Amino acid sequence: MTTLPDPAPVAAEQPAAKPGSESLHYAVRNPKLLIGLSLVLVLLATGLLGPLLLDGGNPNEYVGPQAAAPDGTYWMGTTTFGQDVYAQFVHGLRATFLVGAVGGAIAAVIAMLVGFLAGYRGGIVDEVLNMLTNVVLVIPALAVLLIINAYLGVRSVAVQGLFIGLTSWPWAARAIRAQTFSLRTREFVDLARLSGSGTWRIVFREIAPNMSSYLFMMFILLFGGSILIASSLDFIGLGPTEGVSLGLMLQSAQQWSALQLGLWWWFIPPGAGITAIVGALYVANVGLDEVFNPKLRES
Amino acid sequence: MLTLDRVTKTFRAGAFGGGSVTAVDRVSFAAAPGELVSLIGESGSGKSTIGRMVLGLTEVSAGSLTLDGERVRPGKDFYRRVQGVFQDPFSCYNPVFKADRVFALIRRAYHPGVGDREWADRVEKAVRDVRLDPGQVLGRYPHQLSGGQLQRLLIARALLLDLRFLVADEITSMLDASTRIDVLNLLAGLKERGLGVLYITHDLSLGTYLAEKTVVLRNGRVVERGDTQKVFGNPLHPYTRTLLAAVPRLNQPWTAAVPLDACAYHEGGASPGDDLYETEPGHFVACAALPACGRTRA
Amino acid sequence: MTLTVNDLRVHYRTLRGEVRALDGVGFDLADGEILGLAGESGCGKTTLGKALIRLDGRMRHAGGTVTLDGEELPLSDDRAMNAYRFHKISLVPQYSMSALNPTRRIGRMVRELLASRGVSVDTDELHRRLALVGLEPGVLDRYPIELSGGMKQRAVMVISTLLDPSVLIADEVTSALDVSNQQAVVGALTGLRDKGLVTSMIFVTHDIGLTSHIADSIMVMYAGKLAEKAPTKILTTAPRHPYTKMLIGSLPQVGARYADKPLSGIAGSPPSLLDPPAGCRFRDRCPLADRQCAEEPPVVEIAPRHTVACWKAA
Repeated sequence: MTTLPDPAPVAAEQPAAKPGSESLHYAVRNPKLLIGLSLVLVLLATGLLGPLLLDGGNPNEYVGPQAAAPDGTYWMGTTTFGQDVYAQFVHGLRATFLVGAVGGAIAAVIAMLVGFLAGYRGGIVDEVLNMLTNVVLVIPALAVLLIINAYLGVRSVAVQGLFIGLTSWPWAARAIRAQTFSLRTREFVDLARLSGSGTWRIVFREIAPNMSSYLFMMFILLFGGSILIASSLDFIGLGPTEGVSLGLMLQSAQQWSALQLGLWWWFIPPGAGITAIVGALYVANVGLDEVFNPKLRES
Repeated sequence: MLTLDRVTKTFRAGAFGGGSVTAVDRVSFAAAPGELVSLIGESGSGKSTIGRMVLGLTEVSAGSLTLDGERVRPGKDFYRRVQGVFQDPFSCYNPVFKADRVFALIRRAYHPGVGDREWADRVEKAVRDVRLDPGQVLGRYPHQLSGGQLQRLLIARALLLDLRFLVADEITSMLDASTRIDVLNLLAGLKERGLGVLYITHDLSLGTYLAEKTVVLRNGRVVERGDTQKVFGNPLHPYTRTLLAAVPRLNQPWTAAVPLDACAYHEGGASPGDDLYETEPGHFVACAALPACGRTRA
Repeated sequence: MTLTVNDLRVHYRTLRGEVRALDGVGFDLADGEILGLAGESGCGKTTLGKALIRLDGRMRHAGGTVTLDGEELPLSDDRAMNAYRFHKISLVPQYSMSALNPTRRIGRMVRELLASRGVSVDTDELHRRLALVGLEPGVLDRYPIELSGGMKQRAVMVISTLLDPSVLIADEVTSALDVSNQQAVVGALTGLRDKGLVTSMIFVTHDIGLTSHIADSIMVMYAGKLAEKAPTKILTTAPRHPYTKMLIGSLPQVGARYADKPLSGIAGSPPSLLDPPAGCRFRDRCPLADRQCAEEPPVVEIAPRHTVACWKAA
């Protein structure tokens, strides 16, 4: 038994100045959130800083011995052509985060606008928006992306992200609409109206905070989904024509029979990279749920 | 003064508004300042819809609903004078925020100029007015407080405005008997301060405990209304009598229920008009032939 | 005696410790008796009802015994309890409305339920029982959504009592119903007992007024303990425990008017059961409390079938 006073409970007793600071209090004490978030940040930092620490050459250049196993010079070995896998990996991480962020953000914004408006307003607004959502939902998104990419010849990762974002929002919009629909009938929404709050204020200050972890999870799924869609497009050879991504790495590894030749260092880093990003985001999300929901904190 | 004159509410039903349901049908009554009117009905009687219309949360389809001569116009100005308290205290609080956020919302909208110190004093006074200990209830999450405490905080919230009229919709049905009566006594206190109160309930004994006037609703229509003592001292409509007979009383066996079809008061079929009949001063009933109604339904 | 409960203790496990929701409650339920169980929310009445059927994951049987028809119930053994549930002891939950599968017709639900218990359906008997609670045989061909709240409640009552259990627990079955439906449900429950389809019944409610119409005796609980138990007539007209008195005093009767005589509630709230205070648990809210009450009052039988746990009642 230690007699030292524990600072944590004292901090908890102090009245929070605003709700945000209290969430922060619990956020920094949640292992799931911290582990998930730090893994994502490490990968992000690798993607952002890694390329800067290299000499800045094109990662697709043939720089070293062919099909060399990892060693001190080439940390992740080289491809059959002598490309540095580590250089490709850090550039690929950057591209992967970019496509996830662009695709996820665009899809999330559309989904929130459509979902909140349809769910809160109801009536004819809901019917029109719902029809639009269903139309986009039943369009086979991957096929559309294949056609767009094949015809327009997508060059940059950002444009790839844009198209993915424009096609992947419907399920999220439907989920938000359903949640809003049930929250809208709760009496605290009536009470907010009786306190003189307007539509968007009620949506963003009353309804959205109740779904904040849900919205974050949705963003994670859209983010991860964009990464996976981008990877599959890359993998079948319809990726951006410029640069490198984790999906393109997997594609060339597969194309040049890395698996059969036993060049595990060629396909494991990009595969593990994609898995780690998406997985870490999921773990962070479970932690966030505990942070946002006061009831989960106590029991 | 709240005045309802033939207020009707029709809801769209079905996809693309194919059908319609009349939830409230030509309801008229009035509530003066300092008067508590109880609106009594079973589920589906339209009583909560009337409460929501008075609060401007649901639009009126036909008829006129006025407060001090003005039509109900939901908005900041209106809610300064008219407020509501609802059935489920737990659902009235946003679960992710602390309970006293309901006060902060009021401050943001109506008293932005009030300093922190003064506001804290006002909140504390309002909380004491509803007989709560500020130290016990402020700064807590809704799930840490009891239903009775939450319900009283909502009344305290209304007290921070220049309140003229309060709608209390089934505010005691989720509370224990031991705290229920305290909340009802608070309503009586508000009434004595000159507020008009519309108390919506399915419980006749609670309605009679507080109200000067009673309105009995069935299927969206008024079947009987008037001074509480007249309506329950001399219930004329068979439905009122059935309701009264069904109330469980301590140690008194239920009296046999009055068969509802003993009278062809006008529901369904052709009605001789939607007016109520004044059988004695201040006592209105929805049947032309009462009290000596001998007709039975075909 | 159909049911004998002896010093039953059931605790809820939480991260902050064990909540002693039921802290040493004992009573008897005679053959053919309907026992009303009343008290504020959190007094342990629902926990008692649940404990006799099934302990959920957070509940722990911390002591005491329950004897049903001479056999001790294996409360903490979920699997062994299966032999008693539905056959010997059955429950009508508060929200029967949501207990029914919305995609199944009532009749199919009954057949499936009975099949899962290895019993076949006697259609005539089923119809007879539906009639007893005032339902047409036609309800068997209908979906739950086509029935009103009170009808669903009565349908669940018939289903719960198909195997003629010794004890039926009705947990707040009338709270969500309108007054006229309450009357029908209470009438149906009494009918089941009068016809001998259930031997005895525990009727859990917070509404003492309603309880007095159905119960032969009433037990009032406070903060996980028994406060007072007596035949209905005595408990409602001559209660001895100050809590019972105040509870009955706070009931507005039809015709009571605030303007004539304001009633008063019970100030304060029940103590936390996480670490309940020693002595009488009602002490802080009790107008009669004095130094003696710092010691826990024993449950005393002050008259035949009238037990009270209060120093001031004797």
